[in-house]
Amino acid sequence: MKIIVCLKQVPKNDSILRINDQGNWIQDRDLTYEINESDAYGLEAALQLKEKQGGEVIALSLGPARVQSVIKEALARGADRGIHLEDPAFDKLDAYGIAAVISAAAKAEGFDLLLTGLQSDDYGFAQTGVIAAELLGLPHATIVMDVQPGDGSLRVKRELENGYFQWVSMPAPAVLTIQSGINTLRYATLKGIMGAKKKEIKKLDVTALGIDKAALAPRMEFLRVYVPQKSKQTQFIEGSPAEIAASLMEKLRNEARVF
Amino acid sequence: MANGILVYIEHVDGKINRASLEAVRAAQLIAGQTGQEISAVVLGQGIGDIANEIAGKKLNSVYTVENDWLKTYTADGVTHALRQVIEQTQPALVLLTHTYEVRDFAPKLAASMNRVLVGDCISFRIENGKAVFTRQVFQGKLAADVVPVGDTPHFVSFQIGSYRGDESEAGQASVSALTVNLDADLVRQQPEERFKEAKAAVDLSQAPLIVSVGRGIKEQKNIEIVKQLAEAFGAELAASRPICDNEWLPMDRQIGSSGQTVAPKLYMAIGISGAIQHLVGMKGARTIVAINKDPEAPIFEIADYGIVGDLFEIVPALTAEAKK
Ligand SMILES: Cc1cc2nc3c(=O)[nH]c(=O)nc-3n(C[C@H](O)[C@H](O)[C@H](O)COP(=O)(O)OP(=O)(O)OC[C@H]3O[C@@H](n4cnc5c(N)ncnc54)[C@H](O)[C@@H]3O)c2cc1C
Repeated sequence: MKIIVCLKQVPKNDSILRINDQGNWIQDRDLTYEINESDAYGLEAALQLKEKQGGEVIALSLGPARVQSVIKEALARGADRGIHLEDPAFDKLDAYGIAAVISAAAKAEGFDLLLTGLQSDDYGFAQTGVIAAELLGLPHATIVMDVQPGDGSLRVKRELENGYFQWVSMPAPAVLTIQSGINTLRYATLKGIMGAKKKEIKKLDVTALGIDKAALAPRMEFLRVYVPQKSKQTQFIEGSPAEIAASLMEKLRNEARVF
Repeated sequence: MANGILVYIEHVDGKINRASLEAVRAAQLIAGQTGQEISAVVLGQGIGDIANEIAGKKLNSVYTVENDWLKTYTADGVTHALRQVIEQTQPALVLLTHTYEVRDFAPKLAASMNRVLVGDCISFRIENGKAVFTRQVFQGKLAADVVPVGDTPHFVSFQIGSYRGDESEAGQASVSALTVNLDADLVRQQPEERFKEAKAAVDLSQAPLIVSVGRGIKEQKNIEIVKQLAEAFGAELAASRPICDNEWLPMDRQIGSSGQTVAPKLYMAIGISGAIQHLVGMKGARTIVAINKDPEAPIFEIADYGIVGDLFEIVPALTAEAKK
């Protein structure tokens, strides 16, 4: 089974976010990055499928030079090859544009299964995999918790609302968006890290991918990014830890009357 | 010329997903300022009652599509059907509530019409006659004002809870049937019955006091300090999803959209950022306390009492105080 897994690099979860000068996104400066959470589970799902079925796992990431570290991390965990999609034209794409680039690369490569995380922790579009499926003309499923490959088909378990789940079957190749927590993530071993150095990372730009610029034209635009206004009057309690504890307990007993 | 708003009505087991009424309400509010007509669409089989219920809202028309391929939801079926409805009715704006189902098909639907879904918005406002939408980024830490670019139809979904479905105005809309063409080649997913996992061993929905821990706890062994606080309070221990994903606490202690929904007297969120999927599970609590080192953490938006600081200092102090 040939699996392409899409990995996005996002600012580390506890980053201090500063708005850029144009006021329409954050400053890139001084940030440290990590693999988007649900994408890491997608990678693990791909590696486990390969261990069971044989085949190949290709780690794909779109972004500037720094995203190579995400690809290298995936190679160290056991992916076989990397694809890095980099071009100034790929900067600040909307979900359609990102999916257009990824689907062009995936189509050129060929695959049985294309995996993405269910949404990114920065933009939170939750659309890349689904749009890629449409552009590739393939079936898809979202918020996937389990994958059972069959003969030319797949059976996947989807998470639904209110505690429900559902198994859905579809022909392969297909595109799946993976939910966090579906497996236990592995760490890269020292051997894996050493081995990764010899693995290939193919770089592709807009020309190599033969992408029509019209596909990358914005279909939505960010006007302004800002810290949301708080509407609730939160009582902030200050002081030393002991003072805070005493004050909070007093308020919980006498003001909120929860005890 | 495309105009008007088309609202997608979702249903399961013969019942309207109440979240869809929030999109109806949003449409009514937008139309109140733009003067657009509103229609709603129900897809499925045996959907007469659902259509009649929706027709009791203040809308201009309700479209129904009955088709064997729409008996149970599939992403392919709904996408193809809805696209044909859009082509027949030519709305300028398609409005949806950002449910799991909408997440599953709406990006595909928009892409199939060479558009992008402006998804998971929390509000709108009209500027110079055009709607500007606000959506959360960085899991609610920042907000962004966004607009769809290019020709209509535009596709917009609102986060669950953004508008009050129970405030949607009543009225009398006409119901008319549309037909679409679907076949086995178009509908590739084969869904099985929906099911629930074995019943959760712990039912937190009736717990009066809940102490809940998030990723700020950093390591599994540190959970002990929160456990001690819960014991000192006589409270149940709960967690955000990443804690359960890591198997640091069992799944049945997870609070949120994919966990339990609770409404205790006291909910104490410790090292939890306050992502929407967590908030929907606990915002009904009577008193909410948040302990977080980040003063901008979205959890403070709904907290009654906030403590900005290091949980590793605050939590033991609280335990000691509670034991006094
Ligand atoms: C479809 C879907 C369903 C989901 N369902 C759920 C669900 O049911 N429940 C759920 O919880 N999530 C759910 N999520 C995940 C959700 O989006 C968030 O990722 C998750 O809630 C974040 O958990 P957290 O707040 O513990 O972690 P984080 O967002 O990482 O927050 C950790 C917090 O700890 C603080 N912190 C760190 N160190 C300290 C310290 N020393 N002292 C004090 N504070 C500290 C940080 O400032 C931060 O605010 C779902 C997501 C999706 C897409």
